[in-house]
Parts: sequence; C-alpha cells; structure tokens
Amino acid sequence: MTDVTRTDVQTWLARQSRWSPYEIAFWIAALVPFVLFPSYLTLASQIAITALFALSVDLVLGYAGIVTLGHAMFFGFGAYFAGLTSKYGWGEPLTGLLLAGLAAAVLGYVISFLITRVQHLALIMVTMGLGLLTHELANSMSWLTGGTDGLQGVDTWPVLGFEFDLWGYTAYAYALAVLFICFLFCRRLVNSSFGLALRGVRENVRRMPAIGSSYKAHLRLVYAISAGMAAIAGALLTQTTNTVSLDTLSFQRSADVVVMLILGGTGRLYGAILGAIIFMIARDQLSDMNPQYWYFWIGILLMLVVLFMPKGILGGLTRLIGRRDE
Amino acid sequence: MTAALETKNLQKSFGSLKVARDIDLSLPQGARYALIGPNGAGKTTLINLITGMLKPDSGTIRLDGADVTAMPAAARVRAGLTRTFQINTLFPDLTPIEAVTLAICERDQLAGQFWRSLGSHGAAIEEANAILEQLRLGDVATQRTRTLPYGKQRLLEIALALATKPKVLLLDEPAAGVPKDESAMLFGVLEELPADMSVLFIEHDMDIVFSFASRIIVLVSGGVLLEGSPDEVRNDPRVREVYLGHAHA
Repeated sequence: MTDVTRTDVQTWLARQSRWSPYEIAFWIAALVPFVLFPSYLTLASQIAITALFALSVDLVLGYAGIVTLGHAMFFGFGAYFAGLTSKYGWGEPLTGLLLAGLAAAVLGYVISFLITRVQHLALIMVTMGLGLLTHELANSMSWLTGGTDGLQGVDTWPVLGFEFDLWGYTAYAYALAVLFICFLFCRRLVNSSFGLALRGVRENVRRMPAIGSSYKAHLRLVYAISAGMAAIAGALLTQTTNTVSLDTLSFQRSADVVVMLILGGTGRLYGAILGAIIFMIARDQLSDMNPQYWYFWIGILLMLVVLFMPKGILGGLTRLIGRRDE
Repeated sequence: MTAALETKNLQKSFGSLKVARDIDLSLPQGARYALIGPNGAGKTTLINLITGMLKPDSGTIRLDGADVTAMPAAARVRAGLTRTFQINTLFPDLTPIEAVTLAICERDQLAGQFWRSLGSHGAAIEEANAILEQLRLGDVATQRTRTLPYGKQRLLEIALALATKPKVLLLDEPAAGVPKDESAMLFGVLEELPADMSVLFIEHDMDIVFSFASRIIVLVSGGVLLEGSPDEVRNDPRVREVYLGHAHA
C-alpha cells in the first residue's frame, strides 16, 4: 500500500516537469521564420532577445514575487559590457556573452542585498530609482558609452565561424539558440527544489522561516541569476546589431517587459515568451500604421487581458484547451 | 539534566501594554506541557517570542542549554525549535507532497540547488511521503492545499513542522476550528509523536488538555499564574476564578 502511494507521488512529481507536445511544437515553430518569413528574421531575433529578457524578469517577478521596474539596468549593462569588450579588442561573441552575464550576476548579487530589504511600493521605487540612476550614469559617462550618440565601433567576430549576414540568418539562429539554452536552464531551475522554494516564498512568505528557510538567500540568488540572464539578452542585442544605444537602459524598456509578462502571464516561462512575441509583433505592425500612437493599442490590449484573463493570455489559453492550470 | 527549552525573565511590551512579564519556563526533554489562559493572556505572543518571530525586550531563551535569544527564526527551526500556527499558515497552491518536501529540503540545506531537478531528491520525497502517511494525508498528497478540507489542512500544519525534525515542538491551538469528531484524529496523531520530542501546546478544550498534558502552565495577562500537574491546576481556586470560572459559571 505504502509502495503504491510512494510511486504515485514520484510519478506525479515527475509529470509536473515533463515536456508536453505543445512545448515541442512551439520550439519547432520557432524555426519557421527561416523558411517562411526570411524578410522578418531581424524582427525574429529582436523577439528572441526580448523573450530572453522577459524570461529573466519572470524569474524574479513571476516566480520570486520581486516586482521590479528597473531591470533594464542589467540588460543595458550587458549590452554595454559586450559592446565595450568588442570595441577594445575582444569581439568573440560567446565569451562576450558569458563574461557579460557573469559580471552582471555579480553586480546583481551585490544589489540584491538592497532589494531584499524592501517590499511593496518601496521595492518598486528602489528598482526604478536604480534603473534611472544607471541610465543617467551611462549618459553622463559619454567618454565611455558614447552618450546619446550610442556606442560606436563595435565589431563582433563570427560566431562559431558563421559571419553575421545582412539578412539576419546567423543573428536569428544565434539568438534563438541562446534563448533555448537559457530557457532549458530556467526550466530546470523552476522544476528544482530551489524553484519550489521560490514558489513557497511567493505563496506564503510568513511560513518560510517557520520551516527553517533563510528565504532571503534564495531571493538574492535568483536576483543574481536573473541579472546575469538579462545581461546576456542585452549582450545579444549588441552582438547582433553591432551598436549600443542609451535606450537599452531606459525606463521604457523596464516597463515594457513588465507589460509583456502581464500580457503573456507571469510565473510561467512560456508566458514570458508569448508576451514578448505578442508585444513585439504588435509594436512592429502597429507602428507601421501609426508610428506615434501605437502604444494606444497596447494599452487597450493590456486592459482587456487584465480584466478578462487575470492569468495572462497563456493562462487563458490553457484554460481554453482544458489543460490543468499549471 | 538540561531542559530542552528554557526561558528566563522573558519580557515584552507593546507600548504601555505588557504582553510578557518575567516569563520563566522550563520544558524537560520529552515533555507534554499545555499552555492555557484566557484570550489575550499572551499565549501566542509567548510562542512568537520563543520562536524568534518577535524580539523580546529582555530575557533569554535556551534550546538544549544553548542561548538562541539572538538567533533568527529560521536558524532556530534548523536548530530544532519549530512551531505551528493557530491560523493555517500554509502554501495554498502547493500540494502537501511539495510543501513537505520543501520543508525537508530546507532542513537539509538542499533548497538552493537550482541545478537539480526536484525528482532527483528521492530521499526527501520518500521521507515527505512517510510523514504524510503518518499524518493520514497520504491520499491527498497530490491535491492542492487550498482544496483540502479544513481538518486536513490542520494536519498539514503539523506535517510541515514535523518535516523540520523538531526537538521542541510548539503547537498553537492545533485543533482550533476543528469539529469535535475530527479532533480525535488530530490528537491521535499527536499521541504518536516520538517520546523524546518535547511538546508545548496551546489548547482551549480542557478535556484535551487534561488528557494529553503531563503539566499545565496557566498564563494570565502576560505572566505565569501557576504551573503544575493537571490535578493541581484543576483544583487551584485562582485558576477557577480567572479561567475555568467562566466555563463553570
């Protein structure tokens, strides 16, 4: 009897992290632009990069419940880090990504001690303040960053022997591969005991110390990981465009990514990716129609989602196709 | 012999309101002590002080002879001092198996391992399952906590505490809100607790207190009025007046 229930529990836990056919279909679909929309490959790599950024924010916002309006500081940090290493002689993209990610993770870990001290409105203000601070800092250090003109002279070497082509085949393949690897990492993380602990923090932070959890250490760790991943996204943008502009650090970027998470659904990895896809395609199409007022439609979409799909579009979809809400 | 849990001159005030006055407690190993007192006597406050959820103004708390007064709440739990909550303080969207496995992983300092899948912590999962079986929660192990009947949630409160392998277990009204016919199961569970575990529990139901506790501490307006055997407490006129008096009037 006991043996039966034990295997039941084991299989139930294993089922929670099993790949579903929908997931496999999604990643195959991600290859479609190569064949069907070669003229949209640049947009596709922008989407992949943004999706990676959204994933990183989902780790802190969706899984750990740290509301942040300043995560562009890590994205921009990674973008400038990769740009500067390449400008001053080391243009190898993979090591550039890795270094940018590691440096940002260390920076994120240091900042996390401040972040985990505050909550609610104060937390939002602190993250926003740090974001604005970084933006202005980069602006004033124009000798290093190029200021409002952007960083010139970035020269990214071929990635694994593939030159970055004008059409963006290499760029998209590279961005998609990095997104996929980071996604696998996130997937493992949220299905680990650490991911469970983060859900515990989000579900009931009061209980955590009572089960012996020094949960702030968990929050610091996930914040550092998220910072590193955001920087990798920023570095990818630099490497695929060979330029860095100040708006990689802008408040707008921090706010947009939160909008994407709310659209797609927070606390679910595919929600971050779906939100990025919807937001970026909407921006591309709507700003073609009217470059000035395109955010009007995003605003309407955002309100519809919040009112009618509180768990985001992905949450609404999973309910629609009757899968267990996970 | 060193007491499993000891407090000396524990004091706490909220403004001018004294919620803990010079509380001296000594809980021997394997004790079954009850903490009783009228509403607002400071019973839960005392548990908050002992477990580190509140800082005392003065006084010391010792666990197995070691001073833990300055230790953070989570570290006290890992040292073996665990509580449950009067009002369910659970993880509504986790299943019991997930919640108890989490508590075990935290105890064994495995919860930071983001690179290992949860399924690879086989020993922790098996132990969690054993705890759930022991607490009659085996059949609902994979249902979300929020969907469980109230009585099962009360059992899960205790399961989470047991997963930390406590030396001293503080139960804050374990049967609060549980109908009489279901509370039998709850106290059946408590009677099966390991004999070397020291238990201090708050309870309002006097039948349960007198049948389960070897000693009773009576708390009134933040101070210990009396500590004694069930018979001593039952027959003490002061206790009748401040506490039982209402019930028998």
